[in-house]
Amino acid sequence: MAAPGDMTGGRPDAAAPAAIELRGISKAFGPVQANRDISLIVPKGTIHGIIGENGAGKSTLMSILYGFYKPDEGEILVNGQPITITDSQTAIRAGIGMVFQHFKLVQNFTVLENIILGVEDGALLRPSLSKARGVLKRLAAEYQLNVDPDEVIENLSVGHQQRVEILKALYRQADILILDEPTGVLTPAEADHLFRILEGLRDEGKTIILITHKLREIMEITDNVSVMRRGEMVASVRTAETSPEELAELMVGRKVLLNVSKAPARPAAPVLEVRDLTMVDADGVERLRRVSFDIRAGEILGIAGVSGNGQTQLLEILGGYPEKGARVSGEVRMNGAAMPLSGRGCDARQRRREGIGHIPEDRQVEGLIMDFAAWENVAFGWHDAPEFSKGALMDNDAIRRDAQAKMERFDVRPRDCHLAARNFSGGNQQKIVVAREIERNPDLLLIGQPTRGVDIGAIEFIHKRIVELRDAGKAILLVSVELDEILSLSDRVAVMFDGRIMGERLPGQTTTGELGLLMAGITDTENTPDSAGIPPGVTQDALPEGSA
Amino acid sequence: MKLTDSLTAILILAICLIWLIADQGAAMQGINSAIRLMTPLLLACLAGLYSERAGVFDIGLEGKMLMAAFTAASVAFVTGSAWLGLVAGIGGAMAMSLVHGVASITFRGNQLISGVALNFLAAGLTVLIGQNAFALGGRTPPLAGDARFQPITLPFAPELRDVPVLGQLYSQLLSGHTILVYVALLAVPLTWWVLFRTRFGLRLRAVGENPASVDTAGISVTRLRFTAVMICGLLTGIAGAYLATGLSAGFVKDMTAGRGFIALAALIFAKWRPWQALFATFLFGLLEAIANLYPNLDLGLFTVPSQFMNALPYILTVIILAGFVGRAIPPRAGGEPYVKER
Repeated sequence: MAAPGDMTGGRPDAAAPAAIELRGISKAFGPVQANRDISLIVPKGTIHGIIGENGAGKSTLMSILYGFYKPDEGEILVNGQPITITDSQTAIRAGIGMVFQHFKLVQNFTVLENIILGVEDGALLRPSLSKARGVLKRLAAEYQLNVDPDEVIENLSVGHQQRVEILKALYRQADILILDEPTGVLTPAEADHLFRILEGLRDEGKTIILITHKLREIMEITDNVSVMRRGEMVASVRTAETSPEELAELMVGRKVLLNVSKAPARPAAPVLEVRDLTMVDADGVERLRRVSFDIRAGEILGIAGVSGNGQTQLLEILGGYPEKGARVSGEVRMNGAAMPLSGRGCDARQRRREGIGHIPEDRQVEGLIMDFAAWENVAFGWHDAPEFSKGALMDNDAIRRDAQAKMERFDVRPRDCHLAARNFSGGNQQKIVVAREIERNPDLLLIGQPTRGVDIGAIEFIHKRIVELRDAGKAILLVSVELDEILSLSDRVAVMFDGRIMGERLPGQTTTGELGLLMAGITDTENTPDSAGIPPGVTQDALPEGSA
Repeated sequence: MKLTDSLTAILILAICLIWLIADQGAAMQGINSAIRLMTPLLLACLAGLYSERAGVFDIGLEGKMLMAAFTAASVAFVTGSAWLGLVAGIGGAMAMSLVHGVASITFRGNQLISGVALNFLAAGLTVLIGQNAFALGGRTPPLAGDARFQPITLPFAPELRDVPVLGQLYSQLLSGHTILVYVALLAVPLTWWVLFRTRFGLRLRAVGENPASVDTAGISVTRLRFTAVMICGLLTGIAGAYLATGLSAGFVKDMTAGRGFIALAALIFAKWRPWQALFATFLFGLLEAIANLYPNLDLGLFTVPSQFMNALPYILTVIILAGFVGRAIPPRAGGEPYVKER
C-alpha cells in the first residue's frame, strides 16, 4: 500500500539513470495551478502509467516534457542529464516522442509525407521520401507496425493513423514515447494490438509513458503507475503491488464505490410501452426491427449492445427527433397515451412537456451548445418555462440563480455558471446535462452513454443520481456500450443487435459471456460459455473488471 | 476532380477552335490579347494560392494589386524606369501583406476582415495620394517609353513566322509580350515544383491543412505563414505593376476592376492547384478578350448586347462560386488563426 507522496515504489533498478526524472515541476495558468511540485521517476525500459481524473494535470505535465509549455519551476533530467526543453524540437532531439490524443497528422498527405514532415534531409523531398520508405519497412518488420507508406491518411482507420503517429516518433529516433489517452479512439481489438506493439517496444529497450484514466489499461500493461490528483502527484507504485480499488481511491481522494449499491427495484405500472417499433432510414436500411419492450415506474431497463446496432435510432425516436427521411412504424405508449411517431406531434419539445427527459449520447453535439455559458445550457429546453420568463422576455437572473443552484447540487466544478460549456471537463459537462434533465423530475428518463469520457468520480456521482431517480418511482431507459455499467445499474437488461432486441436477462442471473454472445447476434443459449467468450467489439472499459 | 479539369480544357479548346475557324485573323489577335489579360489574374491567383495553401485566406488580393499598380505607376513616372516601378509595386503590395500578416497571424485577427480593410485602404489611399501628388483626379500621368514594359520578341519568332501552325502559334501568340507575361507563365511550373517537390512546399501545405502537425514537429507556424503571405505580396506586386506599366500606360482609379476577386474565383475553380490556375485564368482572359473584340456579338438570330458580353467574366465567377465546379475543398486550416492547444 503506497501512501500519497511515496515516490520510490516502482523502481526496478535504482542504479541506472532513469529515462525521465522530473524534480519539483510547477506550472500555473493564471490562477489555476495545473501542476504543483511534481516529481517523477520513469526507469528505462518500462511502461509507466500516469493516471488521474480529467483535469488532474496529466496532459499539462506531458506537454511540459514535450516543450509545449515552459514550467514555472523545476528540473527535467533525461537519461540522467539535466535539460531545458524550450520547444518540441529540443524534446525531439532529446529522444522524446509524443503521440497526442488528437493526432497531429495532415489528413491529405501520405503516410510517408507525414513521417518526414519537419525532419526532411534537405531542401528537396525525393531523397527524404526514399530514405523514409526504407526505414519504415524496417520499423514495420521490427514492431508489427504495418501501414502502406503511400496511403493517404484520411483513408486510414483511426488505429492505423495512430500507428503512423508512433512511426513518426520512432522515425525521429525517440527512445521515450509518451502516449496521451491512446485508446480513447480505438476499438477494443485495436487497443489490444496497440498494447502488443507497446510491449514490443518496451522489450526493445524503449521507455513508454502511458497517460490514461482507464484503470483496466493500467493494470493490464504498465510496470509502474503514478497517480495525479488536482495537479499533484499523489503516488507512484509498482502496478503489481496495487489494485484498481486502491488506484481509484488515490485518483479521487476518497473511497470510490465501483459497484453501485442499490436496493431491489419496486416496479409499478408501465410508463413506456413500445410495440413493434420499426424504423427504415432515408437510405432504405432497416435500423430498428420490431422492437418491443416495457419500462415500468421505478425500474431501470438497460440496453446493451455494440454501438451502431440501433440504439441511437431508438433514443432519437423516443426523444422526438427521428432521423430525417426515416419511416417509423409501430406503437409507443407513454402513460397509456399513444405517442405520435411522425408528423406534427413528433417533436422533442412536446416530449419534454409529456415528462420525458433525455440525456443524449453525444453531449457535445446534442446535449450542450459548447460556446454558450453553463447557465444557458442548464436552461435549454425549459428556457420558456413560466418561472424563467418575464412576460415575453427571458428572466436571465432567475435562470442564473436556478443554474447556480443546480450546479451546486450536482457538484459541477468550477462552480461558475458564466463559464462556457467548452471550458468544463468532460465529466463536468456531463453533470450539467444530467442536472438539467434529472432536476426536471421526468416520468421517463432516456439516457445514452451516461459516462462516456467521464472520470471515475463523476461516474460514481452520475450513477448514484440515476438510481435515486429510479427509487423516486421514475422509469429509466439506459443505453450504454459499457457492459459493466449496464450490469451494475439495470434492473433488467435487453440486448440489441442489428436493430433487434435479442433477448432480455436479469443482471443477477446472467454473465458477461452470455450477454456478449447476444451482442454478437448469437441466440443459442444452450452453449453459454464463461466470460472469456466476449466477442471483439464489446467494450468493458472505464470500469474495472468484475464490478458486475 | 479530373472531370472538371478536362471539361475546362475542352471548353477552352472549343472556344479557341470555333473562333479560329470562324475568323482566323481576329482569333489570333483575340487569343493574343487573352494571354495579356490573363497575366494579372494568373499572378494574383498564384499569389492567393501560396497564401491560402498556408492557411491564410486573402480577399485582399484586389487591394494589394491596386496598391502595387499605383506605386509602380507613380515610381515609373517619376524615375522613367519600368523596372524601378516594378520594385515599387512589389514593395507596395508587400507592405500590405505585412499588415495582413501582422493582423491575422501575429494578432490572430479575422482574415476576412483584415482583407476587406486592406481593400478599402488601397481604394482610398491610391486616389488620395494620387490626387495629392499629380492632381489628375486620382490618375497618374500617362507613361511612355522606358516607363512602360515593352513587348519583347522571342528568339527565332520572325523566322518561324511562316511555319504553319506551330510556328504561327509561337511567333504570333507566344512571342511579343512584355517580360512580365513570361514571368507569370514561368511562375506556374515553378509554383508546382516548389509546392510538391520541395521541403518548403511540404511544410507550406502542411501548415494550411493542420498547423498543429507542423508545430509539434518543431517548426514555427508563424514564420511559415509569414513567408507565404510575403510571397503572396511579391506576386500581387508583379501583377499590379503589370496592370499599370505593361497592360495599360499608367494608373487609373480602381483599375483592378475586381480582378483580385476574379483571381480568387479562379483559385477555387482550380482547387488551389497551379496548372489548373493557369487554365482557369486563361478562360477568364479569353472571355474578357472576346468581350473586348465583339462588343455586340451578332449570332445571326439575335445580337448579344455588349453589357452581357462585358459581364461574362463576372457571370462565370458567380457560376463558379455557386459551386458548379463540383466540390472544392479549401485547405482545412484556412481562415483559422493557429492557437496552440494541449
